[in-house]
Amino acid sequence: MEARGRGPGRSRCELDTVGRARQAGQVNLRQSPAARIGLSIAVATGLYGLSFGALAVASGLTFWQTVVLSAFMFTGGSQFAFIGVLGGGGAGASAFGSATLLGLRNAVYGMQMNAMIAPRGWRRFAAAQVTIDESTATAVGQTEPTEQKRGFWVAGVGVFLFWNVFTVLGALLGSAIGDPKAWGLDGAAVAAFLGLLWPRLRAREPVAIAIVCALATVLAVPFVPPGVPILVAALVAGLWGWFSHGSAEEGLEPDIEPYEEER
Amino acid sequence: MPLWGWVLISCAVAFLTKLAGYLVPAKVLKNKRITRVAGTITIGLLASLTVVNAVATGTQLTFDSRVGALAVAAIALLLRAPFLVVVIAGAVAAALLRLIGLP
Repeated sequence: MEARGRGPGRSRCELDTVGRARQAGQVNLRQSPAARIGLSIAVATGLYGLSFGALAVASGLTFWQTVVLSAFMFTGGSQFAFIGVLGGGGAGASAFGSATLLGLRNAVYGMQMNAMIAPRGWRRFAAAQVTIDESTATAVGQTEPTEQKRGFWVAGVGVFLFWNVFTVLGALLGSAIGDPKAWGLDGAAVAAFLGLLWPRLRAREPVAIAIVCALATVLAVPFVPPGVPILVAALVAGLWGWFSHGSAEEGLEPDIEPYEEER
Repeated sequence: MPLWGWVLISCAVAFLTKLAGYLVPAKVLKNKRITRVAGTITIGLLASLTVVNAVATGTQLTFDSRVGALAVAAIALLLRAPFLVVVIAGAVAAALLRLIGLP
């Protein structure tokens, strides 16, 4: 397992070089472009933990269920999916199904990060937990191995800290405001999902997938229990991806693009 | 199963999914088709969740203030507003439309 996990084509000698460079580099983390980008993405993403916390309690979760989701599930899209299904009257099993399917892309990110930053021992478990859109995107945007590692860890751990702190604040805020509908929180949920979808609609094909899945959902709503239409759409999207040929990167864009300014 | 059970199972499976990327041999996940399916499912689910939260009430399709929130959010996104601003715009739109009497 140890030998197999190492990134392809990376010799022990190269690894030692990276290790030394990292040790030497720890003092000037401030000058690291990857660390700077990681930190700014951590703040931006963390802030929308505020909306997750508020929407989670509005959807019927308790304060502690909300806190546990952010700490242990820790993948924004899946967390929003979980509460989105519950908020629409869906069952726990449907919430589990859509959150799990939406988290599948994290396995792909994990594979990329294993090849890129090759964490060993307990770090592998820590790396897995912070493997999300933002940490992967920050690492992938760097070309130098030391910077890739810094970007991954600073973005991953940074988002984790900010996301959890703001989830707690959002959950407290959400419990305090009373009737969620009067405050438009159901409208906020709609906006949040569109906001998560939006950065993924950069080409013609993802737009087509989104439209077809939206239609499939609308057609399914009257005929199946709440929550199930979302799984129907997942099936349609999965079949589309399986049987058609196109870009393998579609849909794997981060919610907040770390390198927005450079494009 | 009580909701707590689903919360905990969902958390465990989410972590195991991430961990699988580090433990499963790269060639299994490097399959282009699997990467592609993970991506198309992400798009399909987010589109579906947007629609369900905008027009579904149980097993009924309804047209209420949430559709207004959807439109306002789309405008905010077209104007390149940051995520949090988009979410707040959606909330304000729904709240205002209710204030003027829409369901």
